[in-house]
Amino acid sequence: MTATTPPVAASQGPPPSASVVAPSQTGAWRTRIEETLLPPLVALLVAVVAGDILILSFGQAPGAVYRLLLEGTWGNAYGFGQVLYKATTLVFTGLAVSFGLRAGLFNIGAEGQLAAGGFAAAVVGLLLPAGVPALLAVPVLMLAAALGGGAVGYVPGVLKARFGAHEVIVTIMLNFIVLALLNWIVAAKLHVPETLHTPQLKAGAVPRFADFITPFHGSAANVTFLIALVIATAVGWYLFRTRGGYELRATGLQPEAAEYGGVRVATVWVRTLALSGALAGLGGINYVLGYKHYYEEGFAGGAGFLGIAVALVGRNHPVGVVLAALFFATLSQGGLAIHALVPKQMVEVLQGIVILAVAAAVPEVRRVLRLSRGSADA
Amino acid sequence: MRLLDFLAQTIRIAVPYLFAAAGGVMAEKAGIVSLALEGFMLSGAFCAALGGFYTGSATVGVLSGIAGGLLFGLLHSVATIRYRADQIVVGIAINLLVVGLTRFFLRLAFDSSSNSPRVPGYTTEVSGGNALLGSFANPLVWMGLLVIPILTWVMYRTPFGLRVRAVGEHPQAAETLGVRVKRVRYVAVALSGVLAALGGVYLALDQHQFTDGMTAGRGFIALAAIIFGRWDPARAGIACLLFATAETLQIQLQGTQAIPSQFVQMIPYLLTIVALAGLVRRSVPPAALGRAE
Repeated sequence: MTATTPPVAASQGPPPSASVVAPSQTGAWRTRIEETLLPPLVALLVAVVAGDILILSFGQAPGAVYRLLLEGTWGNAYGFGQVLYKATTLVFTGLAVSFGLRAGLFNIGAEGQLAAGGFAAAVVGLLLPAGVPALLAVPVLMLAAALGGGAVGYVPGVLKARFGAHEVIVTIMLNFIVLALLNWIVAAKLHVPETLHTPQLKAGAVPRFADFITPFHGSAANVTFLIALVIATAVGWYLFRTRGGYELRATGLQPEAAEYGGVRVATVWVRTLALSGALAGLGGINYVLGYKHYYEEGFAGGAGFLGIAVALVGRNHPVGVVLAALFFATLSQGGLAIHALVPKQMVEVLQGIVILAVAAAVPEVRRVLRLSRGSADA
Repeated sequence: MRLLDFLAQTIRIAVPYLFAAAGGVMAEKAGIVSLALEGFMLSGAFCAALGGFYTGSATVGVLSGIAGGLLFGLLHSVATIRYRADQIVVGIAINLLVVGLTRFFLRLAFDSSSNSPRVPGYTTEVSGGNALLGSFANPLVWMGLLVIPILTWVMYRTPFGLRVRAVGEHPQAAETLGVRVKRVRYVAVALSGVLAALGGVYLALDQHQFTDGMTAGRGFIALAAIIFGRWDPARAGIACLLFATAETLQIQLQGTQAIPSQFVQMIPYLLTIVALAGLVRRSVPPAALGRAE
């Protein structure tokens, strides 16, 4: 049931599994690197082929469409800014999902946690007196977002630890419950008339990149992107350099063995899902503090679900997550760029294909590598 | 008459749930996690609209929808069984993929970003305008009401059903007894795609068009019904009827503002969590659910 996720970075723990059959340390490293990099490359190849078919079916030339996609994203400051903006939320949700997967927990609730985090930040931002300096207000709102998302993540953690309820189902169901609840609160109590959003924050807005770098003008990229990079570093440090992270990864590799080794697995489950929810919830500040300065119904817009794709392609490593977030953000911004030639919905198809291909390629690559190693040794 | 209208509306809402829940039970009983019900339904709805539009025949629409569900059911089984991809990830990927594909082909086939043109369906107007009788003029309603009893019979009274349950509970033991585990799972997941797709077919033909995202989470309500029904087809069917009744009540009460609609929407999900946590009576999945081998 758990996704197969070999650790990729230098781990201080024991070898990840007995399946590494390479004879030497360098061989093990090569296997690991191949197992990490091959699936995304295979997926990219499959996606390009599928993309070609879709583009040709619409009567356009693939080369022209891909060129337009790159020009509209990394080719100009505005497009690049939009990529950074979209990647920011995905870094948070991707980190959230991969944090859980490292402990063998599949958090599908990032969508609801993201919304809850954004909502909590927006509400606390309304309660703060106007004129609170950003240096104080921003951390307070970040804490609110983390607590909002963390509270939603805590529920499946407790239900799993106490009653054995499977976190996949609970987090799916909680998505619907949380979104319905937030919709009701906003619709019944908090919305600005004629809209589906809350009033603007009184304090705690985060500056946009365009405020210092003029070419970014018009794009929503903001300082939250830098915060996301700091958080990604912190997650990497926690996972690979602390005792808590070691317990988390041990639980993910083999819960029974971890328990036998003195790890309180139930506690790790609750803590991990709560922290995973907090990471997803923090993603809400990108929209609420950095872009619109209010909570709006539906602002999560699938970024929580795409976080699963980001974690999968990024192989559950913070560096991979940041790169995968940039990749998926490029696709979704690229969709807008190519819309003149091909419907932008093409990128949604490609996202689905990339996820499927990576999911199928991960076990397959490992099997093929092991077979070829086996025959080479013999 | 009020009661008959109420019943008719409940049945109309329940039919897609019943199809999708039947499909989900089929796959999950065979040990394959079924998160793609939503995608299967949407593919069925779109293919039904496509087939119905180009031929003008509701029957061709139904057959196209079945073909669509079969295609994605097979895609799911190839990914999870042949390539041993993570079943949860595959389910989510298929849901995203189908949303993207239906939007792309909506543009390609109908040059629209929201809906298809009007497509043929089954007439529901019967003399006298009796809504309940009218519902039964639609063969898909009959199929939807019969799918659960038939599935129950297949699961518990036929060799195939026994094999499905065996590979979902203890694949190694089944293998030892000569059951071809992978083949049974392939068939079960493909059938699951077809059954769930019929739920989408019903929606498209009932509304006489395909609209973007028209399944609107119904696949997940069906999943909730399966878990609430403790993976038993009959109980899952009853859960579907229960959820549909709650929804009908909410629609009938809409004018009165008695309960916010969002709270009624939460009912299936809340009940599922309660059932899963065992607060009433523990819901236990098939033993080998989600294991690749």
